[in-house]
Parts: sequence; structure tokens; C-alpha cells
Amino acid sequence: MNPFDYRRAEDAAGAVATVAADPRAMFLGGGTNLVDHLKLGIVDPDLLVDVTRLLPDGVEPLPDGGVRIGAGMRNSDLAADPLIRRRYPVLSQALLSGASGQLRNAATTGGNLLQRTRCVYFQDVTMACNKRRPGSGCSAFGGYTRYHAILGASEHCIATHPSDMAVALSALDATVVVQGTDGERRVAMTELHRLPGDAPERDTVLRHGDLITAVELPDLPFAARSRYRKVRDRASYAFALVSVAAAVDLSDGVIREARIALGGVAHKPWRATRAEAELRGARPTEETLRAAAEAELAEARPVEGNEFKPTLARNTLVATLRDLVEEERTR
Amino acid sequence: MESDIILRVNGREWPLRVDTRTTLLDALRERLGVTSPKKGCDHGQCGACTVLLDGRRINGCLVLAVACDGSEVVTAEGLGTDGELHPVQQAFVDHDGFQCGYCTPGQVCSAVGMLEEVAAGWPSAAGRPVADTPVLDDAEIRERMSGNLCRCGAYANIVTAVRAAKEVSR
Repeated sequence: MNPFDYRRAEDAAGAVATVAADPRAMFLGGGTNLVDHLKLGIVDPDLLVDVTRLLPDGVEPLPDGGVRIGAGMRNSDLAADPLIRRRYPVLSQALLSGASGQLRNAATTGGNLLQRTRCVYFQDVTMACNKRRPGSGCSAFGGYTRYHAILGASEHCIATHPSDMAVALSALDATVVVQGTDGERRVAMTELHRLPGDAPERDTVLRHGDLITAVELPDLPFAARSRYRKVRDRASYAFALVSVAAAVDLSDGVIREARIALGGVAHKPWRATRAEAELRGARPTEETLRAAAEAELAEARPVEGNEFKPTLARNTLVATLRDLVEEERTR
Repeated sequence: MESDIILRVNGREWPLRVDTRTTLLDALRERLGVTSPKKGCDHGQCGACTVLLDGRRINGCLVLAVACDGSEVVTAEGLGTDGELHPVQQAFVDHDGFQCGYCTPGQVCSAVGMLEEVAAGWPSAAGRPVADTPVLDDAEIRERMSGNLCRCGAYANIVTAVRAAKEVSR
């Protein structure tokens, strides 16, 4: 690990100016991913700007009925927040299904969004990786692909985004509040992360020096009955092979609205707009749910080693929707 | 590059000059001789380095010491009082909650932090609706302690020890 300077930032504008002015400076949040990357040699900053003490770290209700989550809020605090548990249980469930108690106590909301893929080739500096070293190639093809993408990938990268929280935020139509050198701007959660295309080194649309300061959730009454379902190789403390975040607005036996996102299948949280369109206005029969899942996975392209994932994703999506519909019926 | 910090470890204050690359785990072990937090994987995957940082359980290997300036750290050495084991430590002894013992200081700190989290009403992914008040059954203990690996496989007795510790602390 090369030497780096450490500075505790006093205010967001100052932190942004400092990092923006130095291409080798990075923000430090809870450190659960970044400190590991320092050890692995994946990053080599000359300055870490610690933003944990300046970022807001609570949940506050907004006048329009939504809520604002401070980017410095620790994952465990967010998962335990009474308002989130009651109004957006999918978010609590997603957070609690990720990492361990210790990691959730350290990891922040902003850092969780900006954590990087756990692709084993990305994390091994001796291997070619277009995300870590653009143009060096992708070692995942023909390799260990169990956790790799089946939707929206490219010939340059089949890595997946590892966050559970981001999948729930995507389904909930969250907005990310970003402080940049030109002031504050707002980015839709579904637009924050990119598909790899020919630039897999860029995970998000953010520019160097941009700082996530908050995440806002819209008022979404039917999200009070929402779910996160995660399928993985161990019962706990493992990344998702496939996960589903879903909320369904069901009245008079008809699905009015559905919000669905998939995790573990793409370079970004995969908002399932095709499945949502299939479900809107339909009766929630087993056939309808299955058709919605089929529509979403129609263009899935597994690679050697993860051929099981389209079926797993379809079945997990149907099972999650079935649970939600059942919950609504017995309410 | 170096930085001057103050760590309060197990009730004692330590002014320290640390290389900014030093993790809290290395500062405790190499600089202060506090060796109960163990270096297992050094990547936040095993939990052997678990300590309480400002009262919350964290992985000491994934936090920079310089970022802990002014913080209170409690390790397994600091849990008991005057020759008396902490109830969680005593429960691990009583119920044989270990074999080689390497993961034990981390398990114990994790259990202490976890029981506080349950007392504060924090939910878990063990299956109960997140809006409900948690009840610490064995499934909950396993889920909440999943960040601490035991390569000897002493899990059965670890669960028993944690269950017993919870009942003592009632």
C-alpha cells in the first residue's frame, strides 16, 4: 500500500473542492470496501477525505410525504429506523440481508451505493480486468461466473453490482442527491449506475469529486407491503446469486401498480420495467405472474457457468410476487 | 504519512502517532499490545477482529486507525471487571462455546454488541417482519452472528452460549 494523506472534511463543499482538484484523491466513508481495496491494491489514492462526520446521518420526513436519508447514515441504523421499517420494509429487508452486523454498523448509505463489484477477477490485481485496467481484457469469460451478469452485460464486462440496498432503492424510485463542484443536483436511482458497454471502468454517472449527500424516497403507500427476497449460496452473509425487490399495489383483485427490481443479474440494479408493464391492470394469477417474469428475462444472456440464472431469476420473481399477492389477500 | 491520534482503549487513553495506512486492528495489536482482536482474514470476512467502537461491533481490520481519532474502543480484554468475566465470556466458558479459541474474542465482542442491538429493537433477516419487535431465538442468533466464522465449527455451543448470556442479562 502506497502512503496517502488523510483529512477529515469539515463541510461538503470543501470536501468536494478538495477531491475534485486532485485526480488521486478519494472520499472515505465507512471504509468497508475502500480499506479492503487499499489492501488489495485495487486503488492507489494519495489523499483520503473522510466525509463520515459531515454527512447527514438520519431519516427525515419530507413535506411531500417522502423521506430523506442522510448519506452518512450507517446501514444498520437505516435498517432499524422505525419509519423505514413501517413504510418501506423492502429497504430494511434488503439492508439486513447484506453483509454482517459488523459491516452494517460501519457501512454508510452513500458508500453502499458506490461499493464496487465483487467479481473475483476485478479483486485480483494479477488478472486482466477491463473495469480495473481498461483495455486489459475480461478474465470472467470462461472463468468463475456464478455471480456474474445475465442482463445488459457487454463483451467487455459481465460484472454485477453487489448492493442489496441499491436494488430496493431502485424499486422504490429513489432519488440520489449529489453535491458537485457546480452545486447540488439530483439523479434518479435508476440512472445512477451504468451498464458496462465499452467503459466498464465507470460504475456510475458521477464525476470525480461528486459527493452523494442524501437519498430521497417518494411517498409510496403500497410500499408498506413490499419485500426483498435474496437467493444465495449460504443462508447468511453472502452476496446474491439473484435477488428481487418488489412492491405491488393491489385493489379489487387487480394490480394497479408494481415496482420491481432485480439484483445479482446486471452491472446495475435491474429495474424490471417489462414485468411491471405486464402486471399493470392485470389480475394476479399464477399465469400472469409467470408471464411478467418471462417478459423480463426474455433477453437474458447467460454465459458458461451461470446458465441457471435466468430460471432462478424467473422463479424468484414469481415467488416474491406470489408472496406479496398472498399478503395483500389475507390483510 | 503520519498522523497524531488519541484512542481510548478499554478505559485507558493512548496518544499515538500512526501511519495513515494502519488499521485499527494493527494499531491495537502491534502498537498497543492489545492482542485479543485476532487477524483472521484481514478482509472483513471472518469477524475474528471484532471490537466495539463507540459501543458498536465493527471489523477492526476494515477501519483506519486515523479515522478512529477520539473514539472509545473495547476489546475482549476490556469486557470484564476486576477478575470477573463479562456474562457473555462466562457463558462461552460454561457452555464450551469454542474449541481452539482463535475466533472467540471476536465472537464474544460480536455477541455483546449483538445483544445490545436486540435490546435496542433492531430487526434482522431471520424471517420475522422487520416492523416487529425482535425475539432472540436460535435462528435469530445464527443470523445475527453470521459475521463471525469458527473454523473449528463450534457453532452449536456458540449458539447455546449466546442464548444463555441473553438470559443472564435479562
